Amino acid sequence: MFFTYLRRELRRRRKSALVVASGLALGIALVIVVNAVSTGMGKAQDQVLESLYGLGTDMTVTKAPEPPSETGGERPRFRFDAGGEGEDGERQSSDRVMVQGLQTLDAATVPSVAKADGVSEAVGGLSLNVVKVDGEFSRGQFQQRPGAGRGGGSDGEVTGGGADFSIDSFTVYGTDVTHPEMGPLSSSEITEGRGFETSEASAKVAVVDSAYAQEKKLAAGGTLTVSDTKFEIIGVATATSGDAAANVYLPLAQAQTLADAKDKITTVYVQADDAQQLGAVESAVLKAVPDATVTTSEDLADTVSGSLSTASGLAETVGRWLSVVVLAAAFLVAGLLTSSAVARRVREFGTLKALGWRSRRVTGQVVGEAVVTGLAGGALGIGLGLAGAWAVTAFGPSLSAELGASGGGTSGPGGGGGMGGRGGGMGGGPGGAARETAARTLDVVLTAPVSLSVIVLAVGLAVAGGLVAGGFGGWRASRLRPADALSRVA
Amino acid sequence: MYELTGVTRRYTRGKGVVDALAGVDLTITAGDYLVIKGPTGGGKSTLLQMLGGLDRPTSGSVLLDGVDLAKLPEARLTRLRSEKIGFVFQSFNLIPTLTAQENVETALVPLGLKPKERRELAAEALTSVGLGERLGHVPSELSGGQQQRVAIARALVKKPQVLLADEPTGNLDETTRDEIMDVLQTRCKEDGLTFIMVTHDSHLAKHAPRAITLRKGKLAA
Ligand SMILES: Nc1ncnc2c1ncn2[C@@H]1O[C@H](COP(=O)(O)OP(=O)(O)OP(=O)(O)O)[C@@H](O)[C@H]1O
Ligand SMILES: [Mg+2]
Repeated sequence: MFFTYLRRELRRRRKSALVVASGLALGIALVIVVNAVSTGMGKAQDQVLESLYGLGTDMTVTKAPEPPSETGGERPRFRFDAGGEGEDGERQSSDRVMVQGLQTLDAATVPSVAKADGVSEAVGGLSLNVVKVDGEFSRGQFQQRPGAGRGGGSDGEVTGGGADFSIDSFTVYGTDVTHPEMGPLSSSEITEGRGFETSEASAKVAVVDSAYAQEKKLAAGGTLTVSDTKFEIIGVATATSGDAAANVYLPLAQAQTLADAKDKITTVYVQADDAQQLGAVESAVLKAVPDATVTTSEDLADTVSGSLSTASGLAETVGRWLSVVVLAAAFLVAGLLTSSAVARRVREFGTLKALGWRSRRVTGQVVGEAVVTGLAGGALGIGLGLAGAWAVTAFGPSLSAELGASGGGTSGPGGGGGMGGRGGGMGGGPGGAARETAARTLDVVLTAPVSLSVIVLAVGLAVAGGLVAGGFGGWRASRLRPADALSRVA
Repeated sequence: MYELTGVTRRYTRGKGVVDALAGVDLTITAGDYLVIKGPTGGGKSTLLQMLGGLDRPTSGSVLLDGVDLAKLPEARLTRLRSEKIGFVFQSFNLIPTLTAQENVETALVPLGLKPKERRELAAEALTSVGLGERLGHVPSELSGGQQQRVAIARALVKKPQVLLADEPTGNLDETTRDEIMDVLQTRCKEDGLTFIMVTHDSHLAKHAPRAITLRKGKLAA
């Protein structure tokens, strides 16, 4: 009887039920889409962070930026022999290898960090900038001007002389080959050749990023020369998301030698035991290495700007508020419509009570109708929400993320920007160029994954909507008297 | 069966006070056929509500087989209605979405019968009022007289002790009225029911073995 009565009643009032269900559906669909997009944003941000840090890195430890000083960092100097001894047209080449950000930590920092409470693993790495200047001078011909010989001075001009140099700058990351699962290289996949073996700590081998390899026509099996050291290219790595962390990867020891930075590293990549407890781990690490800067993935997420962060902010604020408002309105409308439906059925319910139906049974009937309406709305809403999320994923809007731009350009020479992470100084040229704290821009494609928990939430909301509506109506129905069977209200 | 003493029902609406019943004393024996008549607003429906346990008197007592309905807890009053009392209303009060059979079944729902049993009893009751062929029809597919027959079947299906009817023929033409009265009287006689009916119809009142008149909440001679 309960279900027969319920079904018939809903069919009779299908218009009103449809309004209630659609309202709830809209609210629930919004919740699903906003949640999915929000999750997608989070994933996109993770992708961005991962491309910088590698997999599983919860925080980085870098040298605290020093106050700007006049002498500042080491200025690069390229010495080319342009004197008379060299043969004209001789090819000259000079590589300038510099530590990114010009700030290093002792390699001994790594074990100290690893020992800190809550740290599961710590790996050190050295980021370098290499500027390769390659080219030739041709000496100019000095030509005496006719008739200008008096006074002993030489008056004439140099013609035809000049320098034809190409400047090629690339980034090198010295990776701890004994810990391949962490650090920037872990966010790349080896797509050609092989990766580093754990035994290759001091081998003269290199892995190059695929984009760089293509540009420079490098391939596995070839060689790469940096500062007169020949490296065998053993593999090509492709970033799984976003841009690669570096153009060339070398074993850490080799990178240290190149940069003349024995036992130095730029960054410690830290994995925490519990990614939810980053605050506590951060303080533990700071205690272990007091003069370092600790950047958590959360801090770094804050430095992400660009359309990704704008969209993410919108999803968080506007999306969330909109879904709350729509849901609240849907609940209210559902409640009012159910309540007014009860008002129109005063005599019907009065009659049932006169027939000996307990108040609870009558109320249950009203609540049942509302819950079923709510569930229908929920089903519709889940359908709509999934379609919406699917559309976002299918359409796949591309968002750009700017990293490190918030570091500001005014920190000291080579200071590497405010965030102190690898993002600062990235792409910064030699010397003063590091001042620019060039932002790194990544493009990520937005997806909108719908998790099971969101579906569960949606079902919960549908039931809640039904109960709210049923609550309004049921309360009213419970207050009807059996004598209302004689009510003049039809 | 019924023993009413000093039954008063006062309605207060804002400042206005209406005594729909103002001290009614009444005795009704089991198996009686009683007609309540009187001018509109006289308190007839209010008295019927007292008898059926739909409402409680402001003062006075309504004894049904020795039990004072005025003091009975709501739950027991509800159960009493479901078991002992059948109602027939002027405007039929059928559930518009349910079929004739389902409407009759609603009276059996509180009794906790098995659905199959419920359906059988309902069909039986409808057959006994001459609607055996219309079990699956919804009220809108039935004439007024037929709808009232469904309502009578609903009132009688649970085999109550009392049948209360508030102007059961008020919405029907004369021919239909006579048919319905015929059904009501035969069914009540067969089942030995106490039948109490409110009516405006002087013709019906005249043919009743006992009629009382309510005027301004008081029994008139
Ligand atoms: N729920 C109520 N609230 C306030 N006053 C009421 C209520 N029910 C009835 N009354 C009043 O009590 C008086 C008696 O009403 P009742 O319905 O018993 O009269 P009645 O004899 O059945 O009239 P009718 O022949 O028109 O049906 C009337 O004055 C009516 O206005
Ligand atoms: Mg009346």
